[in-house]
Amino acid sequence: MPMYDRGKVLTGLAIFVIIMTFPVWYNLVRAQHVPKTELPKDVKQCVGTVDYMRSSHMQVLDIWRNEVVRDENRKVIELGGKQYVKSLQLGCMACHPDRKKFCDECHTYAAVDPFCWDCHFQPKETK
Amino acid sequence: MKILYPFVAVLGLIIIAAIGSQAGLEALFGIVFPYLALLIFLGGFINKVVGWAKSPVPFRIPTTCGQANSLPWIKQDCLDCPSTTTGVLARMALEIFLFRSLFRNTQADVYDGPKLRYGSSKYLWLFGLLFHYAFLVIIVRHLRLFADPIPFFVNILEYADGFLQIGLPHLYQSDLVILGAITLLFLRRIILTNVRYISLPADYFPLFLIFSIAATGMLMRYVTRVDIVAVKQLAVGLTTLHPSIVGDLGMVFYVHIFLVCTLLVYFPFSKLMHMGGVFMSPTRNLANNSRMVRHINPWNDPNLKPHSYAAYEDEFREFMVDADIPVDKELPVAAAEATTE
Repeated sequence: MPMYDRGKVLTGLAIFVIIMTFPVWYNLVRAQHVPKTELPKDVKQCVGTVDYMRSSHMQVLDIWRNEVVRDENRKVIELGGKQYVKSLQLGCMACHPDRKKFCDECHTYAAVDPFCWDCHFQPKETK
Repeated sequence: MKILYPFVAVLGLIIIAAIGSQAGLEALFGIVFPYLALLIFLGGFINKVVGWAKSPVPFRIPTTCGQANSLPWIKQDCLDCPSTTTGVLARMALEIFLFRSLFRNTQADVYDGPKLRYGSSKYLWLFGLLFHYAFLVIIVRHLRLFADPIPFFVNILEYADGFLQIGLPHLYQSDLVILGAITLLFLRRIILTNVRYISLPADYFPLFLIFSIAATGMLMRYVTRVDIVAVKQLAVGLTTLHPSIVGDLGMVFYVHIFLVCTLLVYFPFSKLMHMGGVFMSPTRNLANNSRMVRHINPWNDPNLKPHSYAAYEDEFREFMVDADIPVDKELPVAAAEATTE
């Protein structure tokens, strides 16, 4: 059986398929890269396990921020004989000093735009 | 029963994915099923639309919602009964973007007397609009996991959707809207008795399914949390045909993916095909121009020529006169005498 309005229907279907497979041909344009964060060379442990930090580091920062800013609780955290300051610039960035090579690597990849830098300086830039 | 069966079905799907992903079948749930689902979705969708395109629409279907194009001093309702392509495009655009025909929905009820009355009923329109736009935003937002580099509009949407900066990760407004809208659509189905009466398992199943998809997605984002980079590596891998699963993505992720696959497979064979159907509705996409253009029924036999009344009378005039049937044109005098004798 013939199709009625063949041209219009096929055009519509073509547009539909193109939109639905958008990521497939869009990703052809550029060679894919996997984000590689620059890890500190001399330090091997963090305030959480790798898995936990990967999925939930924002929780740690959020809790610290609330404790420090709202409750004035600056108590130093002790883990495995090492002391950690509850601070982004003095704590986290003591081991991970480079925002571009550590934070942004994944954040840009996953389109997460954290509001840390609305208030905080980046150590590298202030030098 | 009509509610219980689809509920149990969705629950079953969740359990299948939960057990399967923990039993070492990650590649099946993370790679094989998504590919299969996408193929069935695209193939089924095209097949359905082509099937519709092959069905003849023998005549224009004028809807009675508005005044058709008529005499110059009678005002035409250009949107509800358009006679031009522009008018049809405007009607289609309003239908597709604003669900105009749902806006006209009415509800009949009986009040003491007993008297019947019709009132405007905008629930379906309002909840439907909220649901569809929230779903659209969520789907476009998911491009951040599928596209690399991320297109600019996804970043804008991402920012706008988490604009309120509630909690961390930021709460997306669209998440709240979609859960709320599905709940309201479900409540509408069970609270309005006449809607409940005509509701079938096929009406409840998509509601439960999409609710579970939204809920598992939110669970992953706000509660259990996943390694988003590993998720994106899998998603981008799927689009570049080099899929690989890095690390443990967690049970909730596989449940989410499996439910989405189910939705894709279910889509072309269900009422969800209104996505394509809205473009193919003869009552919406045909101009009411029957008084200006002659539409020929496509299944007419071309060998059958039109037979006008004048020709019919020419053929049967003698018999008609014989039977005292009035005729437009009398018999010629000679013939008339012959018949009377």
